[in-house]
Parts: sequence; C-alpha cells; structure tokens
Amino acid sequence: MAQVQFNSITKTYPNGFEALKPTNFTIKEGEFAVLVGPSGCGKSTLLRMVAGLEDITAGDLSIGTRVVNHVDPADRDIAMVFQNYALYPHMTVRKNIGYGLKNRGTAKSEIARKVDEAAAMLNLTPYLESKPSQLSGGQRQRVAMGRAIVRDPALFLFDEPLSNLDAKLRNQMRIEIKALQRRLGVTSIYVTHDQVEAMTMADRIIVMNEGRVEQIGTPAQVYHNPATTFVASFMGAPPMNLLPAVVDGGQVMLEGVSFGPAPHRGKVIAGIRPEDFSPDPEGDLTIHVDLVEELGAHRLLHGKLGEEAVTVHVANESVAQTGPLRVGVKPDALCLFDAVEGNRI
Amino acid sequence: MKRAGFTTVSLPVFLLLPQLVIIAVFFYWPTVVALQSSFYLQDPFGFGSTFVGLQNYADLFTSREYHRIASFTVVFSVLVTFFSLAIALLLAVKADKILRGAKTYRTLLMWVYAVAPPVAGFIAVIMFNQSWGPLTQFFGMFNYTYLVGVNFNDTAFAMVLASVWKQVPVNFIFFLSGLQSIPRSVREAALIDNASAMGRFWDVTFPLLAPTGFFLLIINITYSLFDTFGIVDTVVKGEPGNNPMTLVYKVYVDGFRGNDLGGSSAQSVILMVLVLALTIFQFRLIDRRIHYT
Repeated sequence: MAQVQFNSITKTYPNGFEALKPTNFTIKEGEFAVLVGPSGCGKSTLLRMVAGLEDITAGDLSIGTRVVNHVDPADRDIAMVFQNYALYPHMTVRKNIGYGLKNRGTAKSEIARKVDEAAAMLNLTPYLESKPSQLSGGQRQRVAMGRAIVRDPALFLFDEPLSNLDAKLRNQMRIEIKALQRRLGVTSIYVTHDQVEAMTMADRIIVMNEGRVEQIGTPAQVYHNPATTFVASFMGAPPMNLLPAVVDGGQVMLEGVSFGPAPHRGKVIAGIRPEDFSPDPEGDLTIHVDLVEELGAHRLLHGKLGEEAVTVHVANESVAQTGPLRVGVKPDALCLFDAVEGNRI
Repeated sequence: MKRAGFTTVSLPVFLLLPQLVIIAVFFYWPTVVALQSSFYLQDPFGFGSTFVGLQNYADLFTSREYHRIASFTVVFSVLVTFFSLAIALLLAVKADKILRGAKTYRTLLMWVYAVAPPVAGFIAVIMFNQSWGPLTQFFGMFNYTYLVGVNFNDTAFAMVLASVWKQVPVNFIFFLSGLQSIPRSVREAALIDNASAMGRFWDVTFPLLAPTGFFLLIINITYSLFDTFGIVDTVVKGEPGNNPMTLVYKVYVDGFRGNDLGGSSAQSVILMVLVLALTIFQFRLIDRRIHYT
C-alpha cells in the first residue's frame, strides 16, 4: 500500500505533441482512483507513466516515499491489468499467475501456495493447467487479475480492463474488482472512458480532457458540482442540460424566469441535471416534449426549452406524452458556468 | 457447411490438367528416371547400360569418400543453419528496438537477399582472393596464409561464411515480422513481471517466436543442403580435388564430371528420401506443437 504523488508531471512527445500538461495531485493510501475522460485525453498515458512503460518528460512521480521516474517497471512494486489481458499465450494459467513471483526469487512452494490461493479467490482453480486460449473472456480477465493480486503489490493499475467484455459480464466484473480492492485495500488507479464505471467504482474520480485534469472529487461531488461544462456534459447519462442564461440585476434569468441571485456576470451557462426538473402544473418553465424514451424504471423526455434541446428525467408513474409540459426546477439544482471559459462560477 | 462438388470426374481432371502435367513432367518423370538409372551402370559414352541392382547403393555406403562428404555436409549444414538463424535473430531483436531509421536499416539488411548464390560465392572468392582479397590480407596480418581452394579448412570456412551471409537476410525478415507480431501489451506485461531483459527474452519472446523459428529451421536446413550448390561451385572453382563439397555437389561432380550417371542417380535418390523425411517431420511437428493463438 502506498500513496501516489504526481508533482508537475508532464508528457511531451518527440513531435511536440503535449499529451499531458503539468499535473499535480495525490492518490491516497488504499484509495480507488478512477481516471476518466474521452479517448485521447491523456489518461492512459498518465497510467503508463505510473507503470514505467512511458517516459516522464518533466516532473516527479512518487510511489510511497520513493521518486520512481527512473525506476524500472519491474522494480516499482506495481501490478497492471491490461485491456486485452496481455496473458502469456504459451504458459498455463498457473505459470501466468506465478511468473512475476518466480522472477522475484520466491520459493517454489510459496509460489504454488499463493497461486492456489489467488485462483481460489477468483474461481480459477479448475483452469490452472489450461492455456489462455482455452479460456473465455471473463476467465482471461480473472487470470490477469490473479497475476496482479498474487504479487501483493503496493499499487494496482487497471487500463480499461473491462472494455473487451460484454455488458453483462462487465457489470459482474465491475463489482468483483471493486470488492477485491476493498478486501485487499491496495491503492488502485483505474483508467476508463466509461463514466458509469467511474461513478460506480471510484472513491475519487479524476476527470481528464485534452491532457489536463478537469476535476478531482468523489463521484457525488463530480456529479452534483461539476467544475466545468466539460465535466457536466461528460459525467452522467443523459448529461447535464447546459442552457444559455443571463445574470441581470443580480438575478439569473433563464427563459425570462428568475432563478435566484448571482453576482453580476452578464452571459452565463446554466446547468440543470435531467432529474432536477420536476413536472409541475404550477412550474415556471414550459418544455415542448418531442420524444418519450421509455426505460422501465423511469422515462426520459426529450424536447425543447425555447430554442435549446433539453432532457428531462421523470419517474415512471408520471404521465408522459409529447407536447407542452410545465416543469419546475428543484431548489439549488442550478449550476452556473462562465459562458466563455466553461468554468464554474 | 455444404461442400460444393463436381458431378462428373472429367471436368475437375480437365481443370487440374495443366498443374498435373507440370508436376508430372518436371517432378515425377525425372524422379522415375533417376530411380531407374540408379539400378544401372551406364557407359560413360552412352553406348548402353547394364543392370546392376543395388550395386550403386552398396558402393556408396561402403565408399569412404562418400562418408567423408556426408559428414562434411552434416557439419556444414549444422554450422550454416545455426549461424544463419542466430545472427539473424540477434539482428532482428536489435532492429526491433530501433525507432528511428528502422526502415532504412531493414532495407539495407535485406539487400543481400537479392544476391544469387553463385554471385555470393563469387563475392566470397573475391574476398578471399589469393593476392589481394581483403579477408586474405586480414588473416595475413596475423601471419596466417589463407588458401581458398587449396587448404580444406580454409575453403570450408569461406563456403560457410558465404552461405551464412546469403541466408541471414531471409531469416532476418521472418524473425523481425515474428517479433512485431508479438502483442505490445504482452511484452509490457513481461516488463512489469521480470526485471531482466535476458530473462524476458528467453521466457516470453523466444517461445512466442518458436513457430517462426521452427519454420525457418526447416527452410535453413533445406537451404544449406541444396541451395548452397552455387556457392560451393564457385568457391571450389570446379576443381573438387581435395576440396570440401556437399552431397548435392557430389551428385553433380559424379554425374556430369565423372559421367557416372548410375552412381549419381543413386545419390539423388538418397537425397530425395532425406527431403521426404524432413518434410514429413516438419508437417507432423507443425501440426502437433508450437501453435498458439
């Protein structure tokens, strides 16, 4: 177990492309941190830098109390689970799991004991003598997990480990990984582009965009108090509604309706989560519903508020039909962003 | 899956005819002729032949010269195969790590592939020229008089050198593409699991190269046995004398220099059996082992 400290970490490729702008943050001991962002945002680069598979252009990276910028991947006391599992195809499951231990001079009997233990934990015992090619996707994923946990490292790194699995298996593995991490208490960094994975698994989410950290916070903080319009639109499905508004006379005005006081700023963007609208005959706003999406437990109403497209999330017992719908906004649900920079006001 | 089939026999036979004719004329016919003539003793001037049964074979198996050449061929093949593969693998592993100018480097290494065996032999002859060959002069610096075509070992070394040089590029291309087909993440996983580069090579890279390596092993054995004819011919300058030669070259020397067609045919048949055995061995092993996905 160890904390991971990023101190002005930068990555610039030889062609001048800045994949990661100077980044500072700390992952606490035993924490499950999820790096989330669209593809090309630098999250994988950051993870690979922690693993030592990618050079660090500038800044200091420490794992525990040690700066590891120039430490070999094998000597960083980390274990990594790759997206395509990266199992050794010519080795049996037993050898795959035990390979890292063998190279660290662990005694044979000790390796056998640890591998058996890990296999039992991951329901892999019947497959120990099989080759990876004989296993299903979920089983291969477990072998990759076994290879990581058997080493008992200071830090787990996960590089989109579930993206090659089908939806059902993904949900199951998500819970298994999270439970395993809880049980072992090992600090973990998990990279994903799937915001649902990020929300459900993380102790803290690190949202990245274009080589920059947009926001760091607990899933609830990131969801309810997005720091930028990017975070607001990236986290949550459907995303937060972002509507142009003005601050006039100290009041936020949206569609001619006042939404409480705000410091004078002129044009702003008002963010409202779809579930923060509530159908209300007395409501101030009128949405013209074009489409009703039936999702069983709830419904999504897609429509227009003035000229802007909005989505409203309603419970399944409420009446839903196309046409005008009067809605109210829950108190304190409004997030204001700078209209130009997109930062939270 | 339903298999498409022909209703008549004549159409598929007709379609296959060109291929069958080519195989029959250029392969089966010569084979039958060689097999047949290996049982005869031919008159050197073509005035007839006498049936001698297995006498040609018996002569070969008791001939000390044939044994000597057979053992040399084995040593020669082992050396050429081993060094061609080892040097090519080393170069491929190094080339695989190059990021800048990789293409140029590969192209330069592959050029030798385009050199025909007799030309390779000729280059060896030039390198070892008695009066001004650079390699002869190089050995001269150590007070060693290098005598290609006169000293048995010197000649053999020149042959091995030229043959290896000629074969390295082919192996290099295969090894390099084999290396590049190893998934990057597997190598990265090894990087995390094993601190030693040597350990990673022998535990992960080498086993994953085994299919390529095995294929090349067979190709190289065949090459060193048969395709080195041109190199041997140029280096010994058609003056076998006491010079080293391979079994294939002896077939030529006995048949076309010595006009002993019967003995030469018997040698060809022996070589054919050897190739057949090698091929069966290759197919059985490739089918059974060394296959991962």
